[in-house]
Amino acid sequence: MNADVRAIKTPAEQGLAQAFAAARDTLPGKGAVAALRENAFREFDLRGLPHRRVEEWKYTDLRALMREAVPLAGVPDAAAKARAKEAGAAFKGVDCRRLVFVDGTFVTEMSDLAPEAGLTIGSMAQALAKGDARVAAQVGKTFPNADVAVALNTALMGDGAVVHVAAGTALARPIHLVFVGGSEKPSAAFVRSLVVVENGAKAIIIESHEGGTTQVNAALELVAGDDTQVDHVKLTQGRALHVASLMVSIGARAAFNTFAFTGDASLVRNQSFIRFAGEGSHGGIRGVSLLRGKEHVDNTLQIEHAVAHCDSREQFRAVLDNESRSVFQGKIVVKPHAQKTDSKMMTRSLLLSDDAEAYNKPELEIFADDVVCGHGATAGALDPGLKFYLMSRGISDKESEALLIQAFIGETVEEIAHEGIREAVMNQAIAWLKGRA
Amino acid sequence: MPAVQETVDQVRLIDVDQYKYGFVTDIESEKAPIGLSEDTVRYISAKKNEPAWMLEWRLEAFKRWLTMREPTWARVDYPKIDYQNAYYYSAPKKKPELASLDEVDPQILETYKKLGIPLREQEMLAGVVRRDEDGNVLAERRVAVDAVFDSVSVATTFKEELKRAGVIFLPMSEAIQQHPDLVRKYLGSVVPVTDNFFATLNSAVFSDGSFVYVPPGVRCPMELSTYFRINEANTGQFERTLIIADKGAYVSYLEGCTAPMRDENQLHAAVVELVCLDDAEIKYSTVQNWYPGDADGKGGIFNFVTKRGDCRGARAKISWTQVETGSAITWKYPSCILRGDESRGEFYSIAISNGRQQVDSGTKMIHLGKNTTSRIISKGIAAGKSDNTYRGLVTAHRKATGARNFTNCDSLLIGDQCGAHTVPYIEAKNSSSVFEHEASTSKISEDMLFYCRQRGMSAEEATALVVNGFVRDVLQQLPMEFAVEAQKLISISLEGSVG
Repeated sequence: MNADVRAIKTPAEQGLAQAFAAARDTLPGKGAVAALRENAFREFDLRGLPHRRVEEWKYTDLRALMREAVPLAGVPDAAAKARAKEAGAAFKGVDCRRLVFVDGTFVTEMSDLAPEAGLTIGSMAQALAKGDARVAAQVGKTFPNADVAVALNTALMGDGAVVHVAAGTALARPIHLVFVGGSEKPSAAFVRSLVVVENGAKAIIIESHEGGTTQVNAALELVAGDDTQVDHVKLTQGRALHVASLMVSIGARAAFNTFAFTGDASLVRNQSFIRFAGEGSHGGIRGVSLLRGKEHVDNTLQIEHAVAHCDSREQFRAVLDNESRSVFQGKIVVKPHAQKTDSKMMTRSLLLSDDAEAYNKPELEIFADDVVCGHGATAGALDPGLKFYLMSRGISDKESEALLIQAFIGETVEEIAHEGIREAVMNQAIAWLKGRA
Repeated sequence: MPAVQETVDQVRLIDVDQYKYGFVTDIESEKAPIGLSEDTVRYISAKKNEPAWMLEWRLEAFKRWLTMREPTWARVDYPKIDYQNAYYYSAPKKKPELASLDEVDPQILETYKKLGIPLREQEMLAGVVRRDEDGNVLAERRVAVDAVFDSVSVATTFKEELKRAGVIFLPMSEAIQQHPDLVRKYLGSVVPVTDNFFATLNSAVFSDGSFVYVPPGVRCPMELSTYFRINEANTGQFERTLIIADKGAYVSYLEGCTAPMRDENQLHAAVVELVCLDDAEIKYSTVQNWYPGDADGKGGIFNFVTKRGDCRGARAKISWTQVETGSAITWKYPSCILRGDESRGEFYSIAISNGRQQVDSGTKMIHLGKNTTSRIISKGIAAGKSDNTYRGLVTAHRKATGARNFTNCDSLLIGDQCGAHTVPYIEAKNSSSVFEHEASTSKISEDMLFYCRQRGMSAEEATALVVNGFVRDVLQQLPMEFAVEAQKLISISLEGSVG
């Protein structure tokens, strides 16, 4: 069977079609936004849920994993909000501006809306409903047709954050976007956020996703202008079927770093589409996944070096216990004129169990001759020699393993520049390791 | 580098001029009617005087092929192949039975001589013992050759001597007649009839190829070699090779291929199956130099090949070495199924693409047995407007504990209009497997070139030296004769590439 031949629609696909038909008139945004939704849905309808014969989804067969489409989440009630109170606790120790989204809807009373010079924050649903010209001009433009999951998000996008950092502004505090499932009934959230960091500005964005039995399709478009410094950290936990798309465009002489931490999450697909659009920029794309039980975590990257003189570092680590599965697919694309590109990608998997499976696909696509590009991949168990050394010094079996695992992921976590966030992430990892003992 | 454009043009020019094997042998041949149908399959089977089971096997494959689609996942782009507008069988008109080389059409012998394979001289020299100055007998490296001309094998040398050692080295069509049991047992057991579009097509219409059986404990006394030559216009070549190394046996097999320059694309869809039992070893080397097409990408061979080895026994070892310089399109993934415990698979490859060639090649190492090891060394060199892709899979099954793999794939780009791509798949399904993969892409270091130039080398020599250093890991794995030839090939492809 060929990939472009459309099979009979699955119940989930039918459910999504029904959801779109029922909601298309009430979803925020008219005119151009409505047309964008229609086009995106047509795209989804044509291609269906991605499956194993679609190369980018080879190891995460969404068509098989998503058995049914659950109803779109409604506006959260008081009970849901109450349940969401403790959300984002992982970053409690970090002084940041919290913006809370319960079941995909922006909750103003739980959010910190204190004014700050050069910073504009708002709700995506409101911006779309109002016909905010700046938002309408940007949504879906960073990576048009990136992927069918993004198309589905565009068709059904509800709420999300709209953050605008004016030129030359250095934000005083990181912005923490807290996404939490509060509903007790199964529900689906399609969140869409837009972060625009103008030339010369500095910002740190934290994204955390947790809770609920929902299906989450989250997309974040991030536009970093020239000479900007933007750090992005994403933490994913919980039982949701979670598909997240990060779409980034980086201007000239900018520094962009993103870090994805996933631990105790059932089914996660993080896909990042990152483009170097201006010369002389640096990008750091990193992640750590800790898996146990039957969890499945997929980190898929597409790094596009469209211009010359940029460098990027990709570093991913996965620790797998029990019957878990981790997927890493990284693709570095160097376009014909992107000379002097320097890109290094490394993915390492640590298997703690014989039933765990690690899939790595570090890919290079090079069209320029004067570049340095490398990639590496390893998969294996803990070094018994190192473990023996620790145990011979009186450290218990599990504790030695925990120390070695901590060191293994520590190398990557270390790269988070913000000290508080780095510690918060490491604490999450340590908590996960305690759960093993 | 200011002269990049000039360099690229030079490389392109040289590429067209340098294809030495582009001549045509003017010889009368008989062909199957044009097109592909059940009748074509029957025609080929009848021509070969095959037993009924073979015809049935072919027809089954043909039926299956009709339901299949051409794969589209590889990074190659080519016009649609019209399967009905080609000849599937072409053979030089010959006498019914050949008793010796003397009866082979002299024109064909001349062709092979021109290609550097003097069949007759080789055979004659066999009886002469050469001594050095002190009168010691010189150990000679001899090679038995099976020469395949379009769809048939025209000559096989050293038949007698191999027979004495118990080694069966025959054209496939003769093996079907003489050793039906062996052929039936192993044919299609590594690459099943339904494996993929091109392998299924091959199963239906394969014409000739080599069959090798090395009995238990025998070390094949000489290197075996098959030289494939496409001569006829508008003809596809579909050879099938089957090599079986029984317990404790060893064989080294070499394969070479060339074709005339023609404006149209010609299809080559071969299947190679290797079966390696306990403690056996097969070393399979290829120098692929099919006509690559001209500078504008006109003509050239479409090379869609399925090669797979099965380490069926414990401690079996299969080693693939390939030097790929020819073909307009290369779609080829010599693979190893490491089924036996402690079996070992190796893949050494140099792929050089020039002009508008497109190469999508690599390997699969499938670890199924315990403590199996594999090693992949792949070097890709892209020049001109070519695209060169390494695509490889390393996978360890749940029960394949203690599996180890090391992969190193490097790419080198010459000029700014080519592309080098790497698509590795690494799948670990148990914790005791250790996989390591590394790859890099870069251009020839200016420093290295400067260093060489400083010592009085010309720019061309310096480039050749650096590139030879780059591909040395692979060349060392080639049997002597081929290593020399491969070094020559490399210098051809890169000459004049420094501006």
